[in-house]
Amino acid sequence: MITLPTRKAEEWRYADLGALETLWPLPDAESVTVAAGGEFARAIVNKGGVVRLSLTLEAGAKAAVHVLNTADTYARIEIEATLHEGADFHLGGVQLSSGDQTAEIVTTVRHIEPNATSHQMIRSVAGGTSTASVLGKVYVAKGADGTDGSQSVRAMLLDRTAQANARPELEIYADDVKCAHGCAIGELDANGLFYLAARGIEPARAKALMLQAFIAEAFDGAAEKDNLTAAAQAALEALL
Amino acid sequence: MLQITNLHASVADKPILKGLNLTINAGEVHAIMGPNGAGKSTTGYVLGGRPGYEVTEGSATFNGQDLFALDPHERAASGLFLGFQYPVEIPGVSNLQFLREALNSQRKFHDLPPLSGGEFLKLAKEKAGLLKMDMDMLKRPVNVGFSGGEKKRAEMVQMGILDPKLAILDETDSGLDIDALRICGEGINAIMRKPDKAVLLITHYQRLLDYVKPDFVHVLAGGRIVKSGGPELALALEEGGYEGVAA
Ligand SMILES: Nc1ncnc2c1ncn2[C@@H]1O[C@H](COP(=O)(O)OP(=O)(O)OP(=O)(O)O)[C@@H](O)[C@H]1O
Ligand SMILES: [Mg+2]
Repeated sequence: MITLPTRKAEEWRYADLGALETLWPLPDAESVTVAAGGEFARAIVNKGGVVRLSLTLEAGAKAAVHVLNTADTYARIEIEATLHEGADFHLGGVQLSSGDQTAEIVTTVRHIEPNATSHQMIRSVAGGTSTASVLGKVYVAKGADGTDGSQSVRAMLLDRTAQANARPELEIYADDVKCAHGCAIGELDANGLFYLAARGIEPARAKALMLQAFIAEAFDGAAEKDNLTAAAQAALEALL
Repeated sequence: MLQITNLHASVADKPILKGLNLTINAGEVHAIMGPNGAGKSTTGYVLGGRPGYEVTEGSATFNGQDLFALDPHERAASGLFLGFQYPVEIPGVSNLQFLREALNSQRKFHDLPPLSGGEFLKLAKEKAGLLKMDMDMLKRPVNVGFSGGEKKRAEMVQMGILDPKLAILDETDSGLDIDALRICGEGINAIMRKPDKAVLLITHYQRLLDYVKPDFVHVLAGGRIVKSGGPELALALEEGGYEGVAA
């Protein structure tokens, strides 16, 4: 049996190790291979525990994964994607945490052949003393020219005591590569909240409206957009 | 309708309003003019309940209620509408969603059932039509990418839909082109010129007052009303400036 990870390992740095112990040993990742030219779509709603998905996209294959990560105590989604020539991987994720919860999304995308694209967009909302973290590793192998990878990670803190971490990690061995990443951590716009209040909208509802707008784009393009949005909305309202 | 007595208020611990008195009765239109930095917008924000605007002394009664005992959204639901000098952008929330949410929140406050989507849309179309605003604009996010004048016109559509008792309109005329000024002026009259309603216009110029004729004009300077009069006061100010008239 493999021993429990420690915080020294980057991918476990922000984990709730106490909660992890009760989940240990973790199940193996679900492994999916998308055949050349094939398409794959998956929506994951994690309500606690560790969900692991490992994708291999053969040449020209496409995968779109959309996730909603929430938990009573600890929620972690791990996604690995290995991209062959011309493959396309899209991840849209939302995570919501409150109280002393820990939510994290950990991704590893490997561009092992030329001209593959990967786009990841994750929106976190953290309140209370909770922690919401995103670790995104993009690896581009030697010779994987024409790689186009992007990561957009944004977090909204509802309380000064909440914490958000966003750590992109790039490991690039090819020359002709486009890898963009943007991270931003902010708070709800106080002027906006007052504007909504000045029109009669109560504070919790005003926050919910602005947060819905904040997370909405992460579910763009999802086949199950309506379901995911409704689930996120319900989780948001419970959190406010 | 609104009675402000000896109002003192601070922003970031800096006293801005220093003993403001003002009474507005139903059916009246009042205009407040005054130099930059006098405290005009502050007055609106304090009445609206903007966080950071602290009342240090005095009172305000709105239709018999202690205004300062109410939260901002309760003040709005009680019939107070604050038109912003700088309307705020809310990315990702459409005007229609925002206004339906606002109207139904206010209705809930009064124990009224929410309007259905169809009923709301009919009302929104009517008020957008009154202000000659394209319905497509209302599908866009609140104020995002709107020109200065479009924002002001959108606020008048909001006012039409929410149908307040008292509208405090902070420089609604600034940014409006000549035609838009007339349309908004006529809109304000259509929506607010009623025996059970009142308007407080904050403005720098006579031009809006040509359309929305005030019953009373006040000069606010240094955090207090320093002079009050009839419509002729606005004209005299335009002629002689604050130094000449209110000194
Ligand atoms: N956050 C703040 N900190 C310090 N001073 C402030 C703050 N907000 C406003 N003030 C000051 O309060 C005063 C009154 O401002 P206010 O916006 O009410 O003026 P106004 O009469 O509306 O002016 P204008 O005609 O230019 O719109 C100004 O001197 C302004 O600088
Ligand atoms: Mg002002």
